[in-house]
Amino acid sequence: MADKKFNPLPGFGLTLGFTLFYLSVIVLIPIAALFLKSFSLSWREFLDLATNARALAAYKLTFGASAIAALANAVFGTLLAWVLVRYDFPGRRFIDALVDFPFALPTAVAGLTLASLFAENGWLGQFLVPYGIKGAFTPLGVVLALTFVCMPFVVRTLQPVLENFDRGVEEAAATLGAGRWRTFLRIIAPTLLPTIITGFALAFARAIGEYGSIVFISGNMPFQTEIAPTLIVMRLESYDYTGAMALAIVLMVFSFVLLAAINWLENWAGKFTKQ
Amino acid sequence: MTAATQRRERTAASTRSTQESPFVKWTLIAVAMLFAGVFLLLPLLNVFVQAFSAGWSGYWGALTDEDTFSAIKLTLIIAAISVPLNVVFGLAASWCIAKFDFRGKAMLLTFIDLPFAISPVVSGLMIVLLFGAQGYAGEWLQTHDIKIIFALPGMVIATIFVTFPFVARELIPVMQATGSDQEQAALTLGASGWQTFWHVTLPSVKTGLLYGIILCNARAMGEFGAVSVVSGHITGLTDTIPLRVEKLYHEFNPAAPFAVASLLAVLALVTLALKTFLEWREHRRLELAPPPENLPPPA
Repeated sequence: MADKKFNPLPGFGLTLGFTLFYLSVIVLIPIAALFLKSFSLSWREFLDLATNARALAAYKLTFGASAIAALANAVFGTLLAWVLVRYDFPGRRFIDALVDFPFALPTAVAGLTLASLFAENGWLGQFLVPYGIKGAFTPLGVVLALTFVCMPFVVRTLQPVLENFDRGVEEAAATLGAGRWRTFLRIIAPTLLPTIITGFALAFARAIGEYGSIVFISGNMPFQTEIAPTLIVMRLESYDYTGAMALAIVLMVFSFVLLAAINWLENWAGKFTKQ
Repeated sequence: MTAATQRRERTAASTRSTQESPFVKWTLIAVAMLFAGVFLLLPLLNVFVQAFSAGWSGYWGALTDEDTFSAIKLTLIIAAISVPLNVVFGLAASWCIAKFDFRGKAMLLTFIDLPFAISPVVSGLMIVLLFGAQGYAGEWLQTHDIKIIFALPGMVIATIFVTFPFVARELIPVMQATGSDQEQAALTLGASGWQTFWHVTLPSVKTGLLYGIILCNARAMGEFGAVSVVSGHITGLTDTIPLRVEKLYHEFNPAAPFAVASLLAVLALVTLALKTFLEWREHRRLELAPPPENLPPPA
């Protein structure tokens, strides 16, 4: 097509045709259906459904908990990536392989086991609950579940960058008289920061849509521990299709904006880490 | 001061400023391992300990329950339909994207990633809006007596949607990296298009393909949100393993949901083990590969 060189490989028409067909049937038509259906709502109706008090409480928890969970991952995920790349210690390979566990474990199981860990008689809850730290059926539980579910993003985004980090730059800083702490703050941190922000954004985007684990750990109480995806399901179960649609549109537009932001971030971060 | 001590002091000073002190190092390791312990190791161990809290007989009883059995069967059927379809799509998409140049390629790549950006619950809702009683095709489906929502077809479509990008995403970079010189050589030597694909392309992207299939399968078997919205939760009929876990969670036997969940945890561990093995093998293959000294430098 646009290629000016002669390309002798066969199958371009067949594979591109099938790709576009399958993409349309599975992804594009359902997305279009959601937007088209929502046009049956007037702007006023849409605003009412998308911004009533219960919906606002759900957004607040969804976005707030997701931001905290992504931030926790930005801090501890960076630390974990650093430790896994820079140091050698017993069990390093095992933990390294286990980092992908939250991606491999169905989210329902994640919610189930975390709820039981932080419950009053759970392994961790028995020590934490007496101090007022309740991790099950509270907003904190939502944060914990989201932290687990999004854990691999920051670690896995940062690891390759740390591995390719030019140690010569650190040595140069040391030669010029910088202490370790100063080298870290002035040389290492600024180089890693764009990648950490990218990982944060990926984790945040994933957390916004999470549903499976939250169902188990949050208790799903309206105005208290109800996240936006749970409210969509609640509205669907009471046959309130328009109400569910309005929330879905808000979530989806937000994820598309985030997706665009992540694409931009990845390009930006790439400039800092190119050798 | 002897030369040796001088040298020793100089080395100590230089490691001091290019490495952390042992105290800092081990504190960082301890904090990181505490985080990994609470968020990786304990949740994993807890599943199995809770699953066996009612003893072997309780565990076995929960797994051999008739409704659990039908949930296992349904999960396997859904994965057996949706994974192969996404594999075919992944192969087609990576072939046209990696081997050819065309306008709109970047946009196509973004579209392929879309399902990852959409909340699974919203994905389920879209399918309800298309095929549900209130949906675009609802009336037509009803008059022709075809059930999609609250039945197997809807759950398969939901699963395909959420696992859509997995295989394609793994394959596209691998195929781009291998280029198309080998395929062109095969064609020059008289192989047909299909022969070239089977004997040249497929073997060279085998690892990437397996990797994609493993990840796609794990998600297909473990998907909760999207499938939950379209399933209708009919016990014994439209419950998959994750939906069965949720149902048991609301019942009186605390060990039962964990027993069923342990199946999914084993699936996750097998997935991780296979993934780690594939990565290790690929790493070793690259290390053992003889340096390409006889080849002309790449253009």
